[in-house]
Amino acid sequence: MSAQLNFEVPTMAEMIAKGEEPEILFWVGCAGSYDERAQKTTRDICKILHHVGLKYAVLGTEESCTGDPAKRAGNEFLFQMQAMTNIEVLNGYNIKKIVTGCPHCFNTIKNEYPGLGGNYDVIHHTQLIQQLIDEGKLKAEGGESFKGKKITYHDPCYLGRGNDVYEAPRKALEALDAQLVEMKRCKTNGLCCGAGGAQMFKEPEKGNKDINIERIEEALETQPQVIAASCPFCMTMLSDGVKMKDQDQNVKVLDIAEITARANGL
Amino acid sequence: MVSQILFIAITLAAIALFSYNVKKVIRNIRFGRAVDRSDQPQKRLMTMLKVAFGQTKMFFRPIPAFLHLIVYAGFVIINLEVLEIMIDGIFGTHRVFGGLGIFYDVLIGSFEFLALGVWLACAIFLIRRNIIKLKRFSGVEMKSWPRSDANYILISEILLMTAFLFLNAADSKLQAMGASHYIIAGAFPVSQFLHNLLPNTEAGLIVIERTCWWFHIVGIFAFLNYLPYSKHFHIIFAFPNTYFSNLEPKGEFTNMQSVTNEVKAMLDPSFTPPEAAPGRFGAKDVNDLTWVNLMNAYTCTECGRCTSVCPANITGKLLSPRKIMMDTRDRMEEVGRSLDKGGKGLDDGKSLIDDYISREEIWACTSCNACTQACPINIDPLAIITDLRRYAVMEESQSPASINAMLGNIENNGAPWKYSPADRFNWAKED
Repeated sequence: MSAQLNFEVPTMAEMIAKGEEPEILFWVGCAGSYDERAQKTTRDICKILHHVGLKYAVLGTEESCTGDPAKRAGNEFLFQMQAMTNIEVLNGYNIKKIVTGCPHCFNTIKNEYPGLGGNYDVIHHTQLIQQLIDEGKLKAEGGESFKGKKITYHDPCYLGRGNDVYEAPRKALEALDAQLVEMKRCKTNGLCCGAGGAQMFKEPEKGNKDINIERIEEALETQPQVIAASCPFCMTMLSDGVKMKDQDQNVKVLDIAEITARANGL
Repeated sequence: MVSQILFIAITLAAIALFSYNVKKVIRNIRFGRAVDRSDQPQKRLMTMLKVAFGQTKMFFRPIPAFLHLIVYAGFVIINLEVLEIMIDGIFGTHRVFGGLGIFYDVLIGSFEFLALGVWLACAIFLIRRNIIKLKRFSGVEMKSWPRSDANYILISEILLMTAFLFLNAADSKLQAMGASHYIIAGAFPVSQFLHNLLPNTEAGLIVIERTCWWFHIVGIFAFLNYLPYSKHFHIIFAFPNTYFSNLEPKGEFTNMQSVTNEVKAMLDPSFTPPEAAPGRFGAKDVNDLTWVNLMNAYTCTECGRCTSVCPANITGKLLSPRKIMMDTRDRMEEVGRSLDKGGKGLDDGKSLIDDYISREEIWACTSCNACTQACPINIDPLAIITDLRRYAVMEESQSPASINAMLGNIENNGAPWKYSPADRFNWAKED
């Protein structure tokens, strides 16, 4: 396990009990909660929030799946059951602003919850990081130096094409004074990691190769030292790809939040 | 006089046949469910002007975009010439706008350059398809008709442009000879080079001029009536298709209102749904899709930009977004033809899923939206794939076993993996 947190992560229930309200709710997501690799990103997001002194809270055990994989798989019933239950919890706490650690949660809460009575100001954690950098609250200093390092960023479909968020993650990387190299297919033309649309939870259909292998080959062509991700599903697919290509000693796959936390020595 | 009557008869017949076929297409599109796309008219108009009229999305591939632009400009502008042809045809005049002087010269001169441009662009398109054999134009769905369709269109356009240039060449030669009826009008910067290929007798030139004139206009009418059978329908449908395209973020899937009512009733027993909306969850056949999905299918030009960026297709899986659109159109046409013959229509025992689109195709989709991003005219194959999945899952409970397990986990544990909800916050705990 990577470094544990040396501070308590506040939950909504605790905050309300103390009669306080957070500025922002951190929606962790299922991958961020249970997947060991994604948990590291989750903790790093908390470290960033804690470091800049932003008043935040998580739902903890009151959080449940947004319903994204159910909806993409075609089970609208299950999706709406999840959505309405979550909306009840969120509205019960009078939540206004949400930051998510996952583009799938981000897309679902931002775009699909309003139609079911859940209206929140939702941002993805890369957008929060960009804002904090812009406001001067977060600087890339005091930690690991990424200066001059070759980093390539993989656009998650549900952040990029799905919601037109292309600049925030790149701005967060630019702050590092690193060398950002783009893959042949990037931004609106980006290539899926292979996990969206509920593919994360099933074996791929027969084909010539797996999608994540196609993607990792393209990423490795840029000869990066770091492949930057901003989605726990992409993280899994890209990390697996790097391992399959026996490149895990040379190339690190890191979330933008992890990179930021490292650069700030958090 | 005979030729005028003949001309009017052909024109009326061409328009009548076209209207008859378009009515059938509209009837077929109306198989679809209702969906409201009347909101944000200004944004819709701008989208149409940018995407269809301005062809902005074509420019992700600059070379075909440039060639396409020439053909498109040629099509739009040379149609001004058709106006003159129509008037001349009906009234027996010749170059009725010829009196516009220098303005007319510039017009005819630029039409000639455009005609040459279109000729060359179509020739290059033919080479790309048949000699270079670009990968984008192949694929399991690009067999027989779709393949010939493209070639027929390109060859027709080349023939039409050839006729237009020879028509002008003969005309200008007749003008120079001072032939009666052939008034001095127009500039012929391109067709003048064809003079040597033409006879020097007035009678011979008139035969060629008249033949080309008739070939050109009858060709245009034939082309018009070819459209409803062809992928080339996009020259008309691109405009309404972009106007009515989805303006919401691409990541957003529609919330199904019928499901909302049921879920509300389940969560709150005091809630009574407004009215029991009959119908299916998701789409089994074309009538379960929306009219926008169906219009999309008629608009598809089979250019394959969607398929060439589809991650599933790139890695050799069966899914091809282009095939989804072509299958949808084929099924609609099949149902339409059956109805025309007094047949069973939708009740013929077939359906879009399984008979046209296989389960393997729909389950290979990662919902990444690369296809919808790539489409130069805002077609949305993903919406159809999603509705087919909804049918498979909600009506039939037929999803891959691992998907079923995932759905079960969400239902029981509130997470797609089999972990206890009590452990959800463990990531923050010291261990």
